[in-house]
Amino acid sequence: MGIAIYMLTFLLLLIGVYALVAKKNLVRIIMGIAILEYAVNLLLVLVGYRRDGTPPILPRGQTAAELAARAVDPLPQALVLTSIVIGLSVTALAVALAVRLYDKYGTFDMNDIRNLRG
Amino acid sequence: MKELVPVLVGLPLGAAFLVAILAHVRGGARLTGALATLAVAANLALGIGLWAAAAGQDQPGAKSAVWTVWAGRWDGQTELDQATGQQRTRPIGIQLVWDGLSRFMVIVVSFVAFAVIVFSGAYMRRFTTVWLFHTLFLLMTGAMIGVVLAGDLFNLYVFIEVAAMASYGLVAFGTEREELEAAFKYLVLGVVASSFILVGIAILYSLTGQLNMARVAAALGELGTSPAVLLAAGCLLGGLALKAAMVPFHSWLPDAHPSAPAPISAMLSGLLIKTVGVYAIARLVFGVLGVHAVYANVLIALGVSSMVVGMLLALGQWDLKRLLAYSSISQAGYMILALGVAASLLPHNRALAGLCAFGALFHLFNHAAFKSLLFLCSGSIEQATGTRQLREMGGLVRRMPVTGWCCRIGALSIAGVPPFNGFFSKIIIIVALALAGRVVLCGIAAAVAVGTLLMYVKVQRYALDGQPGPRVAAARESHWAMGAGMAILAAVCLLAGVALSVGPLKEHLLGPAGEALLGGAKLASGVAMGGGQ
Repeated sequence: MGIAIYMLTFLLLLIGVYALVAKKNLVRIIMGIAILEYAVNLLLVLVGYRRDGTPPILPRGQTAAELAARAVDPLPQALVLTSIVIGLSVTALAVALAVRLYDKYGTFDMNDIRNLRG
Repeated sequence: MKELVPVLVGLPLGAAFLVAILAHVRGGARLTGALATLAVAANLALGIGLWAAAAGQDQPGAKSAVWTVWAGRWDGQTELDQATGQQRTRPIGIQLVWDGLSRFMVIVVSFVAFAVIVFSGAYMRRFTTVWLFHTLFLLMTGAMIGVVLAGDLFNLYVFIEVAAMASYGLVAFGTEREELEAAFKYLVLGVVASSFILVGIAILYSLTGQLNMARVAAALGELGTSPAVLLAAGCLLGGLALKAAMVPFHSWLPDAHPSAPAPISAMLSGLLIKTVGVYAIARLVFGVLGVHAVYANVLIALGVSSMVVGMLLALGQWDLKRLLAYSSISQAGYMILALGVAASLLPHNRALAGLCAFGALFHLFNHAAFKSLLFLCSGSIEQATGTRQLREMGGLVRRMPVTGWCCRIGALSIAGVPPFNGFFSKIIIIVALALAGRVVLCGIAAAVAVGTLLMYVKVQRYALDGQPGPRVAAARESHWAMGAGMAILAAVCLLAGVALSVGPLKEHLLGPAGEALLGGAKLASGVAMGGGQ
């Protein structure tokens, strides 16, 4: 495992960025947004991961130092919850915009939605 | 007094939800504008009050007062340090910092937001469901204030995202074809930018085990510039440069900013690219990553390319709002360039670095005033004449004296004509570059200033002077509230040049901001260790 899991996360990140940059269909772009966000969330969880780690809850009869030596880092998990909520709202907004764009243009294809010069 | 600092964020965010509730009460929908204006005005008053209180504690000639507030009083546990045997505080909560830089930024944000909300009271009448505008406007303002107060990295990211999400909605506010298209493109690039910012934060956390900016800075001081730190810095600076629309990451801005309603264009160009872009870059480079030649060179390269490319693209525009949007890229380049030179000078010439940082922040303030003013004028002109094309305008000063003269003051300010404020900040940056011996950069900055002058001579020649065209002949002066919003900003453009470069405002507003920026890591770490004063 070790470095490989980080490489796979990085690959997932690149797939997301590729979909955002290269795809022309609004739905595929939104899927790219989702993949990109999952990759980042996965990276955050991995940062706090520890092989054979225990849940970061103090059991009866154990000292804090013993727990700290074995538990996974709980902070990135808290961050990921926030990040998931932010990702959800961004995705919802993107879907809403895509629906409105479909109403106006009758297509999801970015090649046909091209009034602006960029 | 310092317990009131979180209110600066809470008041606009709370008012945003109150607006949404009020809109659903019978007869309440008409009052949302008044509530939003009141909330922004109260926030401005609170910001000025807190600034005055903190400035009263400044010791003359020494570092400015720094207040830190722990959200929910989670100020950390006192624990015994095993190595030294001393008691120390471990910061675990969310920290808000009220230092020289953040109090300067809060005043800039609330002031421009106030002028814009006064203007939009009359301007937004042509839209339906205006309460949605007020909700998103307050969310964006509150989040921007959150960005400048944030003392830890993840909090910074969350507020950047809240501000960005409100701005996506506001760009799409017209829900016509172009607005929706621009908003979608803006959203996609915004998601890429924030993902990279979060990746950068995750790497920094895994390296240091800290999120508090001062603690991360202290831990990074021991790590230096290892490849992992450079990767994190690259992700953070790349993401933030995309948010700030630095060339070569600028392509979304000329679509997104002009597509929004004029008051929102003013907020986006005047404030958003500065708080989530320039401010965040400055805070990270000086306060977290530490000043290294690598970062300084990256900032200088981004700044120069933005200045030159933004100016050249703006010169060719005939659409007034697109011209203003490209010009924002170029002007933000000045700030980033000056910050980069300040970072490169800091280790060996602190006085000159101080002058560069002073010029950058002064230009940030001035640009917030005159670019917001120009976008508000473009909104007023568009409403009266129905066009944004410079060729179809002409003679506006005669038909619309208030808008016309405000637009002229804004154009002269951004072109750098004395005695308007743009002249002072540009001359400070150019002189500082010359004193630093950066002759090439100095020449480029001067040449871009000449190009900017040409660009705004063109605006005045075609829009304001000459014979009124058929569209302009029927135009009437806009509502007095719009005039009032523009007049506030025009007065600042006229007065700020002298007021901020000498006297008490320099001593307590701009001076401490530059000091806090350069003091960066050291100052903040002293505070975080001590748990505030």
